[in-house]
Amino acid sequence: MKPGLRESYLFDRNIIHEIQRAADTGIYDIRGWGAKRWMPHFDDLVFLGASMSRYPLEGYRETCATNVTLGTRFAKKPLELKIPITIAGMSFGALSAQAKEALGRGASEMGTSTTTGDGGMTPEERGQSRHLVYQYLPSRYGMNPDDLRKADAIEIVLGQGAKPGGGGMLLGQKISDRVAEMRTLPKGIDQRSACRHPDWTGPDDLAIKIEELREITDWEKPIYIKIGASRTYYDVQLAVKAGADVVVLDGMQGGTGATQDVFIEHVGIPTLPALRQAVEALQELDMHRKVQLIVSGGIRSGADVAKALALGADAVSIGTAALIALGCNHPKYQADYEKLGSAAGFFDDYQDGRDPAGISTQDPALSSRLDPVVAGRKLANYLRVLTLETQTLARACGKSHVHNLEPEDLAALTIEAAAMAKVPLAGTSWIPGVGSTI
Amino acid sequence: MKTFDLETDTVRVVNATLHAPEGEMEFQIRNPRGAHALAVGLYAPLRVTVRGHAGYYCAGMNQLATVVVEGNAGTGVGENMMSGLVHVRGNASQSAGATAHGGLLVIDGDASARCGISMKGVDIVVKGSVGHMSAFMGQAGNLVVCGDAGEALGDSVYEARLFVRGRVAGLGADCVEKEMRAEHLEWLAAALERAGASFRPEDFRRYGSARNLYTFKIDNAARY
Repeated sequence: MKPGLRESYLFDRNIIHEIQRAADTGIYDIRGWGAKRWMPHFDDLVFLGASMSRYPLEGYRETCATNVTLGTRFAKKPLELKIPITIAGMSFGALSAQAKEALGRGASEMGTSTTTGDGGMTPEERGQSRHLVYQYLPSRYGMNPDDLRKADAIEIVLGQGAKPGGGGMLLGQKISDRVAEMRTLPKGIDQRSACRHPDWTGPDDLAIKIEELREITDWEKPIYIKIGASRTYYDVQLAVKAGADVVVLDGMQGGTGATQDVFIEHVGIPTLPALRQAVEALQELDMHRKVQLIVSGGIRSGADVAKALALGADAVSIGTAALIALGCNHPKYQADYEKLGSAAGFFDDYQDGRDPAGISTQDPALSSRLDPVVAGRKLANYLRVLTLETQTLARACGKSHVHNLEPEDLAALTIEAAAMAKVPLAGTSWIPGVGSTI
Repeated sequence: MKTFDLETDTVRVVNATLHAPEGEMEFQIRNPRGAHALAVGLYAPLRVTVRGHAGYYCAGMNQLATVVVEGNAGTGVGENMMSGLVHVRGNASQSAGATAHGGLLVIDGDASARCGISMKGVDIVVKGSVGHMSAFMGQAGNLVVCGDAGEALGDSVYEARLFVRGRVAGLGADCVEKEMRAEHLEWLAAALERAGASFRPEDFRRYGSARNLYTFKIDNAARY
C-alpha cells in the first residue's frame, strides 16, 4: 500500500468488499468454517509448569494417562476412550462419504469416537468407527431406531457454537441422489434443518424425551446433550436436570458447514468463558466429573486441549482442525482454490459443494480425490500429536493423568482472559470480578 | 395375552419385555395413568393394547407392531414410527406422528398442534380436527383430516400430501390447494377404509407444496 493511503478502521477493505457484494447480489453471505474475528481464547492462557513447590514428571518415562470414560451417570455401557479428544458431529451431506469414512478411520486408530451429523448414519461411517455417537437433531433426517440401536452413544443437539438459535441448511448443489434419499427430500432443493425439535419444548419435555430414548435403547447408551455457548451456566444446569450423561459445549469458534456470516460472527460467546461457566454450573450441582463435559470450538493444538482440561473439561472435540488434518485448505490445491476465488488457507465455502480437497462436496469427481485410508491416517497422526503435546504439558505440571490438570496450573496473559477463565493475571493474584487485588 | 399393570409394574419392565417378547405376541397394559414412553422402540409384529390414557411418546419409533391406546395420548404419539399401526381411540396431544417415516397412525378424536410435523412417509388419519401448524415441513406421506385444520396448515411443506374434509383456518407459507385427481380419490378411499373412517373421499380437498420456496430466492424473502 502506498504511504499516505490510510485505510479506515471502521470501513476496512473487507467491510467495503462485503457492502459491495451485498449491493451486487441482494443476499447475505453464507459460508462454512467458524468465527474469524479475534476473541479471547486459550492462547491467552499459559501453564505455570513445575517449580520449587511442584514436582514434574519425567518425559518419555513416567506415565501420563489420557483415557476418559463418558456416560457414567445412567448408561449401562459408557464409552471408554483412549484419548480425551473426540471428533465432532459433521453430516454426510455437508461432507463426502469418503471424508466421513476417513474421520471414522482416524478416530478408531486412536481409540476415540466420531459423530454423525444432520443426515443420518452411513454404513461407511459405522463400519469404520469403533465408537460412533449418533446425533439426534431437530430435522431427524435419516433418524431410525435401527441406527439408534447400532450407535454407541446418542447426542441430542440443541445448538451449535457457530449459530446458537439457528437451524441448518444444505444448499441444493450438495443434494445428490444419495443425500436426498437419506433425508427423504427431493434432489437438488435447498434443505432446511429445523432450529427447534418437533416434539418437545423446554427442559421438562426434554427430560421425557431422554427417558424415551433410554427406553428404546434399554438404557444402554450414554445420552449427550449438545449446546451452543450462549446462556451456558443455565443451559448446563438444565441439561443436568433433564438427565444428560454428558454435556457437549460448543463455543462461538465452532465450525459449520453452511451458515450466514452475520450469525457466525455475532451470536454466542467464546469457548473460554463458556467452559468456565459450564464447570461452575456442574460444580454447583456437585455433578462435575459425574456428568462429563466435552468442549469444542477452536481446539487446534495440544495446548488448547490441555488448557480446556485444566479448566475442567473431561474431553474436547474437534471439527475444523480434523478437516484440515484430512487435507482441507492444503496448498496442493492452490490452483483450484484460485479458480473459486479463494486460496489455500482461506477456503471456507463448504456450502458450495466444489471443495477441491473432496471433503465438503458430493461431487463424485471431487470426493474421489480424498483417499479415506490416507486421510484417516493423517487424522490419526494429528490426534497423536495433540495427545503427545497434551501429555507434555501435563507432565510439566506434575500430572500423572491429563485430567489432573487444574485451573491452579494456569495464568492469564490478558485481563479479559483472566476475567473469563477466572484464573489470575500472570504475575498477580488478581482475577477480575472475583474480588482480590493486585 | 400377557398383562402388565402399572400399579405394580414399571415402564422399564414393560418395554424390556416388549423388546424381548419370547414368543408372546399379545400384550395389554392396565392402569397406564398417563405414563410416558409406553411401548416405545418395538420391532416385532406384536399387538399391544393400552387400557387407558398414555403420556408422551407412546409407541415412539414403532416398527411392525400394532399399538392401540384406549384413551387419550400425550405429546408425540407414534413419533418417528417406521411401520406398523398406532391407533388412538381418544384424542392426541401435539406433535402426533412427528417425523414418522412409515406405517399408519389413526386418531379417532382430535389431534392438537403440529400433527404430522416433519412427517417423512407416514400415513396419518385424524377422524376429528387438527391444531395449528400441522404438517409443518412435512416431507413425505399423507395427512388426512376428517374435521377441520387450524392455522398455518402445511407451512413450508415439502412433498407430504394433505387432505382436509372440513374448514382450513389458514394455509402456511408455500402451501396451496391442489387439484383432487382420480388417483388421490382412490388412495383416500383406501386410507379411510384402513382407518375405519366412514367419510366420502369426494368431500375432501387436497393441499400440498407450491414448491416456490424450494430454492432460496431473494425475491421471496418477504414470504418467509
